[in-house]
Amino acid sequence: MSESYDRGLVEDFGRWREFSAGMWAWVFHKFTGWVLVGYLFTHIAVLSTAISAAGQTQAIAAENDVYTTVITALESLLVVRILEVGLLAVAVFHILNGCRLLLVDLGVGLDSQDKSFYASLVLTGAIVVASVPTFLAGVF
Amino acid sequence: MSTHVPEPDTETEEETTVEQEEPLAPAREERLREKGEARADREERERVDAEKRASDDDTVRLKVFRFDPEVEGKQEPRFDDFHVPFEQGMTVLDALIHARDTFDSSLTFRHSCRQAICGSDAFFINGRQRLGCKTQLSDLEEPVRVEPLPHAEVEKDLVVDMEHFYEQMESIEPYFDADELPDGELEEQRQTRENREKVKMSTRCIWCAACMSSCNIAAGNNDYLGPAAINKAYRFAMDEREGESRKQHRLNVLEQENGVWRCQTQFSCTEVCPKDIPLTEHIQELKREAVKNNLKFW
Repeated sequence: MSESYDRGLVEDFGRWREFSAGMWAWVFHKFTGWVLVGYLFTHIAVLSTAISAAGQTQAIAAENDVYTTVITALESLLVVRILEVGLLAVAVFHILNGCRLLLVDLGVGLDSQDKSFYASLVLTGAIVVASVPTFLAGVF
Repeated sequence: MSTHVPEPDTETEEETTVEQEEPLAPAREERLREKGEARADREERERVDAEKRASDDDTVRLKVFRFDPEVEGKQEPRFDDFHVPFEQGMTVLDALIHARDTFDSSLTFRHSCRQAICGSDAFFINGRQRLGCKTQLSDLEEPVRVEPLPHAEVEKDLVVDMEHFYEQMESIEPYFDADELPDGELEEQRQTRENREKVKMSTRCIWCAACMSSCNIAAGNNDYLGPAAINKAYRFAMDEREGESRKQHRLNVLEQENGVWRCQTQFSCTEVCPKDIPLTEHIQELKREAVKNNLKFW
Protein backbone atom coordinates (compact mmCIF):
# COMPACT_ATOMS: atom_id res chain seq x y z
CA MET A 1 0.00 0.00 0.00
CA SER A 2 1.19 3.47 -0.69
CA GLU A 3 2.47 5.95 1.86
CA SER A 4 1.48 9.52 2.49
CA TYR A 5 4.79 10.13 4.26
CA ASP A 6 7.62 8.24 5.88
CA ARG A 7 6.55 6.90 9.25
CA GLY A 8 10.11 5.93 9.97
CA LEU A 9 10.78 2.98 12.18
CA VAL A 10 7.16 1.93 12.34
CA GLU A 11 7.47 0.43 8.91
CA ASP A 12 8.97 -2.77 7.61
CA PHE A 13 12.38 -3.89 8.68
CA GLY A 14 12.72 -1.09 11.21
CA ARG A 15 10.30 -3.26 13.18
CA TRP A 16 12.63 -6.25 13.29
CA ARG A 17 12.38 -6.34 17.06
CA GLU A 18 8.72 -7.23 16.70
CA PHE A 19 9.18 -10.01 14.16
CA SER A 20 7.68 -13.35 15.08
CA ALA A 21 9.15 -16.77 14.39
CA GLY A 22 7.65 -17.13 10.92
CA MET A 23 9.02 -13.78 9.83
CA TRP A 24 12.52 -14.58 11.10
CA ALA A 25 12.37 -17.93 9.33
CA TRP A 26 11.55 -16.12 6.09
CA VAL A 27 14.33 -13.55 6.54
CA PHE A 28 16.93 -16.21 7.34
CA HIS A 29 15.76 -18.44 4.51
CA LYS A 30 16.15 -15.62 2.00
CA PHE A 31 19.54 -14.65 3.38
CA THR A 32 20.94 -18.18 3.43
CA GLY A 33 19.54 -18.77 -0.04
CA TRP A 34 21.45 -15.80 -1.46
CA VAL A 35 24.63 -16.81 0.38
CA LEU A 36 24.37 -20.29 -1.17
CA VAL A 37 23.90 -18.78 -4.64
CA GLY A 38 27.00 -16.64 -4.06
CA TYR A 39 28.94 -19.68 -2.89
CA LEU A 40 27.92 -21.56 -6.01
CA PHE A 41 29.90 -19.10 -8.16
CA THR A 42 33.09 -19.34 -6.10
CA HIS A 43 32.62 -23.10 -6.01
CA ILE A 44 32.51 -23.22 -9.82
CA ALA A 45 35.49 -20.87 -10.11
CA VAL A 46 37.67 -23.02 -7.85
CA LEU A 47 36.59 -26.32 -9.38
CA SER A 48 37.18 -25.02 -12.92
CA THR A 49 40.91 -24.88 -12.24
CA ALA A 50 40.72 -28.65 -12.71
CA ILE A 51 40.04 -28.06 -16.42
CA SER A 52 43.53 -26.73 -17.08
CA ALA A 53 44.98 -29.48 -14.90
CA ALA A 54 43.28 -32.18 -16.94
CA GLY A 55 45.67 -34.58 -18.69
CA GLN A 56 48.78 -33.45 -16.85
CA THR A 57 49.29 -36.93 -15.47
CA GLN A 58 52.77 -36.30 -14.16
CA ALA A 59 51.88 -33.03 -12.39
CA ILE A 60 48.83 -34.67 -10.82
CA ALA A 61 50.96 -37.56 -9.56
CA ALA A 62 53.46 -35.09 -8.13
CA GLU A 63 50.59 -33.07 -6.63
CA ASN A 64 51.71 -29.76 -8.13
CA ASP A 65 49.03 -29.29 -10.79
CA VAL A 66 46.93 -26.10 -10.83
CA TYR A 67 43.89 -27.59 -9.11
CA THR A 68 45.77 -29.22 -6.24
CA THR A 69 47.88 -26.12 -5.64
CA VAL A 70 44.83 -23.85 -5.54
CA ILE A 71 42.92 -26.12 -3.20
CA THR A 72 45.80 -26.64 -0.78
CA ALA A 73 46.63 -22.93 -0.81
CA LEU A 74 43.00 -22.06 0.04
CA GLU A 75 42.68 -24.73 2.69
CA SER A 76 45.81 -23.51 4.46
CA LEU A 77 44.15 -20.15 5.16
CA LEU A 78 42.37 -19.71 8.50
CA VAL A 79 39.83 -17.34 6.93
CA VAL A 80 38.80 -19.96 4.42
CA ARG A 81 38.32 -22.54 7.17
CA ILE A 82 36.16 -20.15 9.18
CA LEU A 83 34.14 -19.27 6.08
CA GLU A 84 33.62 -22.99 5.54
CA VAL A 85 32.10 -23.30 9.00
CA GLY A 86 29.85 -20.38 8.10
CA LEU A 87 28.91 -22.06 4.84
CA LEU A 88 27.99 -25.21 6.71
CA ALA A 89 25.81 -23.20 9.11
CA VAL A 90 24.06 -21.48 6.22
CA ALA A 91 23.55 -24.70 4.27
CA VAL A 92 22.30 -26.69 7.26
CA PHE A 93 19.80 -24.00 8.23
CA HIS A 94 18.60 -23.71 4.63
CA ILE A 95 18.10 -27.47 4.42
CA LEU A 96 16.30 -27.77 7.74
CA ASN A 97 14.09 -24.76 7.18
CA GLY A 98 13.46 -26.05 3.67
CA CYS A 99 12.10 -29.23 5.19
CA ARG A 100 9.98 -27.10 7.50
CA LEU A 101 8.63 -25.18 4.51
CA LEU A 102 7.88 -28.47 2.77
CA LEU A 103 5.70 -29.43 5.73
CA VAL A 104 4.09 -26.00 5.67
CA ASP A 105 3.33 -26.42 1.97
CA LEU A 106 1.77 -29.79 2.66
CA GLY A 107 -0.29 -28.28 5.44
CA VAL A 108 1.29 -30.51 8.09
CA GLY A 109 1.68 -29.16 11.62
CA LEU A 110 1.00 -25.52 10.81
CA ASP A 111 0.21 -24.88 14.44
CA SER A 112 3.75 -25.70 15.48
CA GLN A 113 5.52 -23.91 12.67
CA ASP A 114 7.28 -21.63 15.16
CA LYS A 115 8.54 -24.59 17.15
CA SER A 116 9.91 -26.24 14.04
CA PHE A 117 11.73 -23.00 13.22
CA TYR A 118 13.34 -22.91 16.66
CA ALA A 119 14.17 -26.59 16.32
CA SER A 120 15.93 -26.01 13.02
CA LEU A 121 17.89 -23.14 14.61
CA VAL A 122 18.99 -25.27 17.56
CA LEU A 123 19.87 -28.21 15.32
CA THR A 124 21.89 -25.92 13.05
CA GLY A 125 23.78 -24.58 16.05
CA ALA A 126 24.50 -28.08 17.35
CA ILE A 127 25.72 -29.39 14.01
CA VAL A 128 27.94 -26.35 13.42
CA VAL A 129 29.52 -26.56 16.87
CA ALA A 130 30.13 -30.27 16.43
CA SER A 131 31.79 -29.67 13.05
CA VAL A 132 34.22 -26.98 14.19
CA PRO A 133 37.06 -29.39 15.18
CA THR A 134 36.84 -31.13 11.81
CA PHE A 135 36.93 -27.90 9.83
CA LEU A 136 39.71 -26.23 11.77
CA ALA A 137 41.94 -29.31 12.09
CA GLY A 138 45.53 -28.72 10.96
CA VAL A 139 45.20 -25.05 10.07
CA PHE A 140 46.92 -23.70 13.15
CA MET B 1 9.77 4.08 75.78
CA SER B 2 8.50 7.59 76.21
CA THR B 3 11.96 8.74 77.17
CA HIS B 4 13.23 7.70 73.76
CA VAL B 5 11.10 10.15 71.88
CA PRO B 6 12.62 13.48 72.92
CA GLU B 7 16.16 12.23 72.37
CA PRO B 8 16.57 13.29 68.74
CA ASP B 9 15.20 16.72 69.63
CA THR B 10 17.79 17.38 72.29
CA GLU B 11 20.46 16.17 69.93
CA THR B 12 19.55 18.57 67.19
CA GLU B 13 19.25 21.38 69.68
CA GLU B 14 22.76 20.65 70.83
CA GLU B 15 23.94 20.59 67.28
CA THR B 16 22.40 23.94 66.40
CA THR B 17 23.78 25.58 69.51
CA VAL B 18 27.21 24.27 68.68
CA GLU B 19 26.81 25.60 65.20
CA GLN B 20 26.00 29.06 66.50
CA GLU B 21 29.00 29.12 68.81
CA GLU B 22 31.65 28.02 66.40
CA PRO B 23 32.50 29.48 63.04
CA LEU B 24 31.67 27.01 60.26
CA ALA B 25 34.49 24.56 59.81
CA PRO B 26 35.00 23.20 56.29
CA ALA B 27 34.09 19.69 57.49
CA ARG B 28 30.85 20.96 58.95
CA GLU B 29 30.04 22.83 55.78
CA GLU B 30 30.61 19.60 53.89
CA ARG B 31 28.27 17.75 56.24
CA LEU B 32 25.56 20.38 55.90
CA ARG B 33 25.81 20.21 52.14
CA GLU B 34 25.49 16.45 52.27
CA LYS B 35 22.48 16.74 54.52
CA GLY B 36 20.85 19.14 52.11
CA GLU B 37 21.57 16.80 49.25
CA ALA B 38 20.15 13.87 51.20
CA ARG B 39 16.99 15.85 51.82
CA ALA B 40 16.68 16.76 48.16
CA ASP B 41 17.30 13.12 47.30
CA ARG B 42 14.60 11.99 49.66
CA GLU B 43 12.14 14.51 48.28
CA GLU B 44 12.95 13.45 44.74
CA ARG B 45 12.50 9.82 45.69
CA GLU B 46 9.17 10.54 47.29
CA ARG B 47 8.02 12.43 44.25
CA VAL B 48 9.06 9.63 41.90
CA ASP B 49 7.44 7.09 44.21
CA ALA B 50 4.21 9.04 44.24
CA GLU B 51 4.28 9.25 40.47
CA LYS B 52 4.98 5.57 40.20
CA ARG B 53 2.22 4.76 42.63
CA ALA B 54 -0.17 6.89 40.62
CA SER B 55 0.77 5.17 37.39
CA ASP B 56 0.72 1.72 38.99
CA ASP B 57 -2.60 2.07 40.70
CA ASP B 58 -4.97 4.12 38.70
CA THR B 59 -3.59 5.60 35.51
CA VAL B 60 -2.27 4.11 32.32
CA ARG B 61 0.06 6.04 30.06
CA LEU B 62 -0.94 5.99 26.39
CA LYS B 63 1.35 7.21 23.66
CA VAL B 64 -0.90 7.95 20.73
CA PHE B 65 0.18 8.74 17.19
CA ARG B 66 -1.13 12.10 16.03
CA PHE B 67 -1.24 13.52 12.53
CA ASP B 68 -3.61 15.90 10.82
CA PRO B 69 -2.82 16.95 7.26
CA GLU B 70 -5.43 19.72 7.35
CA VAL B 71 -4.14 21.67 10.34
CA GLU B 72 -0.87 23.50 10.07
CA GLY B 73 1.36 22.56 12.97
CA LYS B 74 -0.13 19.07 13.13
CA GLN B 75 1.19 17.95 9.76
CA GLU B 76 4.35 16.70 11.37
CA PRO B 77 3.57 13.28 12.88
CA ARG B 78 4.05 13.20 16.63
CA PHE B 79 3.11 11.20 19.71
CA ASP B 80 0.80 12.57 22.40
CA ASP B 81 0.80 11.25 25.95
CA PHE B 82 -2.48 10.57 27.72
CA HIS B 83 -2.78 9.46 31.33
CA VAL B 84 -6.02 7.58 31.52
CA PRO B 85 -7.52 6.42 34.84
CA PHE B 86 -7.45 2.65 34.81
CA GLU B 87 -10.49 0.58 35.52
CA GLN B 88 -10.75 -3.15 35.84
CA GLY B 89 -11.31 -4.73 32.43
CA MET B 90 -10.43 -1.60 30.48
CA THR B 91 -9.50 -2.12 26.84
CA VAL B 92 -7.29 0.05 24.66
CA LEU B 93 -10.40 1.33 22.89
CA ASP B 94 -11.98 2.30 26.24
CA ALA B 95 -8.83 4.21 27.10
CA LEU B 96 -8.83 5.98 23.73
CA ILE B 97 -12.48 6.91 24.11
CA HIS B 98 -11.76 8.28 27.58
CA ALA B 99 -8.79 10.26 26.25
CA ARG B 100 -10.88 11.71 23.45
CA ASP B 101 -13.90 12.55 25.62
CA THR B 102 -11.89 13.97 28.52
CA PHE B 103 -8.65 15.40 27.21
CA ASP B 104 -8.64 16.05 23.48
CA SER B 105 -11.77 15.92 21.38
CA SER B 106 -9.72 16.13 18.19
CA LEU B 107 -8.27 12.65 18.75
CA THR B 108 -9.63 10.66 15.83
CA PHE B 109 -10.14 6.92 15.46
CA ARG B 110 -12.76 4.55 14.09
CA HIS B 111 -14.86 2.44 16.39
CA SER B 112 -18.38 1.15 16.46
CA CYS B 113 -19.54 -2.05 18.14
CA ARG B 114 -16.82 -2.36 20.79
CA GLN B 115 -17.12 -6.14 20.71
CA ALA B 116 -14.80 -7.26 17.93
CA ILE B 117 -17.54 -7.64 15.34
CA CYS B 118 -17.46 -4.47 13.26
CA GLY B 119 -13.71 -4.55 12.62
CA SER B 120 -13.22 -0.80 12.62
CA ASP B 121 -10.68 -0.40 15.41
CA ALA B 122 -7.62 -2.31 14.29
CA PHE B 123 -4.57 -0.37 15.48
CA PHE B 124 -0.87 -0.96 15.75
CA ILE B 125 -0.64 -1.39 19.52
CA ASN B 126 2.75 -1.96 21.14
CA GLY B 127 4.25 -3.06 17.86
CA ARG B 128 1.51 -5.39 16.75
CA GLN B 129 -1.77 -5.19 14.85
CA ARG B 130 -4.57 -5.69 17.37
CA LEU B 131 -8.21 -4.78 17.79
CA GLY B 132 -8.48 -1.92 20.28
CA CYS B 133 -11.69 -3.31 21.74
CA LYS B 134 -10.29 -6.80 22.18
CA THR B 135 -7.00 -5.82 23.82
CA GLN B 136 -6.93 -5.55 27.60
CA LEU B 137 -4.74 -2.75 28.95
CA SER B 138 -3.65 -5.06 31.76
CA ASP B 139 -2.03 -7.35 29.18
CA LEU B 140 0.16 -4.60 27.78
CA GLU B 141 3.40 -3.06 28.88
CA GLU B 142 3.40 0.64 29.67
CA PRO B 143 3.51 3.05 27.99
CA VAL B 144 0.92 1.68 25.60
CA ARG B 145 1.88 2.83 22.12
CA VAL B 146 -1.06 3.22 19.75
CA GLU B 147 -0.35 3.84 16.08
CA PRO B 148 -2.40 3.59 12.89
CA LEU B 149 -2.07 0.38 10.88
CA PRO B 150 1.28 0.21 9.07
CA HIS B 151 1.37 0.01 5.27
CA ALA B 152 -1.76 2.06 4.90
CA GLU B 153 -2.10 5.72 4.17
CA VAL B 154 -2.91 7.70 7.31
CA GLU B 155 -5.84 10.05 6.92
CA LYS B 156 -5.78 11.50 10.40
CA ASP B 157 -4.43 10.29 13.74
CA LEU B 158 -5.37 6.59 13.91
CA VAL B 159 -7.59 6.57 10.84
CA VAL B 160 -6.14 4.92 7.75
CA ASP B 161 -7.39 4.70 4.17
CA MET B 162 -9.11 1.31 3.80
CA GLU B 163 -10.05 1.75 0.15
CA HIS B 164 -7.30 -0.48 -1.23
CA PHE B 165 -8.17 -3.21 1.26
CA TYR B 166 -11.85 -3.11 0.29
CA GLU B 167 -10.92 -3.21 -3.38
CA GLN B 168 -8.90 -6.36 -2.84
CA MET B 169 -11.74 -7.90 -0.82
CA GLU B 170 -14.29 -7.13 -3.51
CA SER B 171 -12.07 -8.33 -6.34
CA ILE B 172 -12.58 -11.95 -5.31
CA GLU B 173 -16.38 -11.57 -5.44
CA PRO B 174 -17.06 -12.11 -1.75
CA TYR B 175 -20.63 -13.36 -2.00
CA PHE B 176 -22.36 -16.70 -2.25
CA ASP B 177 -23.20 -17.49 -5.86
CA ALA B 178 -24.40 -21.02 -6.51
CA ASP B 179 -24.31 -22.59 -9.97
CA GLU B 180 -27.75 -24.06 -9.53
CA LEU B 181 -30.52 -23.01 -7.25
CA PRO B 182 -32.72 -25.70 -5.72
CA ASP B 183 -36.16 -26.22 -7.23
CA GLY B 184 -38.91 -24.34 -5.53
CA GLU B 185 -38.61 -20.74 -4.49
CA LEU B 186 -38.62 -21.38 -0.75
CA GLU B 187 -36.25 -24.35 -0.82
CA GLU B 188 -33.26 -23.99 1.50
CA GLN B 189 -29.71 -24.40 0.29
CA ARG B 190 -28.48 -26.92 2.78
CA GLN B 191 -24.87 -27.44 3.72
CA THR B 192 -23.46 -30.60 5.25
CA ARG B 193 -22.13 -30.33 8.78
CA GLU B 194 -18.66 -31.39 7.63
CA ASN B 195 -18.57 -28.70 4.96
CA ARG B 196 -19.73 -26.10 7.43
CA GLU B 197 -16.94 -27.15 9.80
CA LYS B 198 -14.44 -26.81 6.98
CA VAL B 199 -15.30 -23.19 6.20
CA LYS B 200 -16.23 -22.24 9.77
CA MET B 201 -13.07 -20.39 10.73
CA SER B 202 -12.88 -18.56 7.41
CA THR B 203 -16.38 -17.13 7.89
CA ARG B 204 -15.25 -15.27 10.99
CA CYS B 205 -13.44 -12.51 9.08
CA ILE B 206 -14.55 -9.02 10.15
CA TRP B 207 -12.63 -7.06 7.49
CA CYS B 208 -10.44 -5.26 10.01
CA ALA B 209 -7.36 -5.33 7.75
CA ALA B 210 -5.00 -6.32 10.57
CA CYS B 211 -3.66 -9.22 8.48
CA MET B 212 -3.21 -7.08 5.39
CA SER B 213 -1.27 -4.54 7.43
CA SER B 214 0.97 -7.20 8.96
CA CYS B 215 1.76 -8.86 5.63
CA ASN B 216 5.21 -8.00 4.38
CA ILE B 217 4.41 -9.10 0.84
CA ALA B 218 1.20 -7.10 0.60
CA ALA B 219 3.17 -4.08 1.84
CA GLY B 220 5.52 -4.22 -1.10
CA ASN B 221 3.05 -5.30 -3.75
CA ASN B 222 -0.25 -3.51 -4.18
CA ASP B 223 -1.46 -6.15 -6.64
CA TYR B 224 -1.25 -9.02 -4.18
CA LEU B 225 -4.72 -10.03 -3.06
CA GLY B 226 -3.64 -10.25 0.56
CA PRO B 227 -4.53 -12.74 3.28
CA ALA B 228 -8.02 -11.41 4.02
CA ALA B 229 -9.21 -11.56 0.41
CA ILE B 230 -7.74 -15.03 -0.12
CA ASN B 231 -9.40 -16.23 3.08
CA LYS B 232 -12.69 -14.84 1.81
CA ALA B 233 -12.19 -16.65 -1.48
CA TYR B 234 -11.43 -19.82 0.48
CA ARG B 235 -14.71 -19.47 2.32
CA PHE B 236 -16.65 -19.66 -0.97
CA ALA B 237 -14.36 -21.89 -3.01
CA MET B 238 -14.58 -24.57 -0.31
CA ASP B 239 -18.34 -24.20 0.01
CA GLU B 240 -19.71 -27.27 -1.75
CA ARG B 241 -23.08 -25.66 -2.43
CA GLU B 242 -21.62 -23.30 -4.99
CA GLY B 243 -20.91 -26.00 -7.56
CA GLU B 244 -17.99 -26.99 -9.77
CA SER B 245 -17.99 -24.27 -12.42
CA ARG B 246 -18.16 -21.51 -9.84
CA LYS B 247 -15.27 -23.10 -7.95
CA GLN B 248 -13.26 -23.24 -11.16
CA HIS B 249 -13.87 -19.56 -11.68
CA ARG B 250 -12.73 -18.77 -8.14
CA LEU B 251 -9.61 -20.89 -8.50
CA ASN B 252 -8.80 -19.15 -11.78
CA VAL B 253 -8.74 -15.85 -9.94
CA LEU B 254 -6.68 -17.23 -7.07
CA GLU B 255 -4.01 -19.00 -9.10
CA GLN B 256 -3.00 -15.82 -10.91
CA GLU B 257 0.45 -14.40 -10.35
CA ASN B 258 -0.76 -12.09 -7.60
CA GLY B 259 -3.09 -14.61 -6.04
CA VAL B 260 -2.10 -17.35 -3.64
CA TRP B 261 1.43 -17.73 -4.99
CA ARG B 262 2.61 -14.43 -3.55
CA CYS B 263 2.23 -15.81 -0.04
CA GLN B 264 5.62 -16.70 1.42
CA THR B 265 4.32 -18.25 4.64
CA GLN B 266 5.67 -15.69 7.06
CA PHE B 267 2.66 -16.43 9.29
CA SER B 268 2.35 -12.75 10.22
CA CYS B 269 -1.34 -12.66 9.29
CA THR B 270 -2.14 -15.77 11.33
CA GLU B 271 -0.30 -14.27 14.31
CA VAL B 272 -2.22 -11.01 14.31
CA CYS B 273 -5.73 -12.12 13.27
CA PRO B 274 -8.03 -11.05 16.12
CA LYS B 275 -10.54 -13.71 15.13
CA ASP B 276 -7.93 -16.49 15.17
CA ILE B 277 -8.49 -17.46 11.55
CA PRO B 278 -5.73 -19.83 10.36
CA LEU B 279 -5.06 -17.64 7.31
CA THR B 280 -1.79 -19.24 6.25
CA GLU B 281 -3.37 -22.67 6.46
CA HIS B 282 -6.20 -21.57 4.17
CA ILE B 283 -3.81 -19.98 1.68
CA GLN B 284 -1.67 -23.13 1.64
CA GLU B 285 -4.72 -25.29 1.07
CA LEU B 286 -5.76 -23.11 -1.87
CA LYS B 287 -2.22 -23.42 -3.28
CA ARG B 288 -2.60 -27.18 -3.19
CA GLU B 289 -6.05 -26.92 -4.77
CA ALA B 290 -4.59 -24.75 -7.52
CA VAL B 291 -1.82 -27.26 -8.20
CA LYS B 292 -4.23 -30.20 -8.22
CA ASN B 293 -6.44 -28.24 -10.55
CA ASN B 294 -3.70 -27.79 -13.13
CA LEU B 295 -1.69 -30.95 -12.71
CA LYS B 296 -2.59 -33.40 -15.45
CA PHE B 297 -0.93 -36.75 -16.08
CA TRP B 298 -1.15 -37.96 -19.62
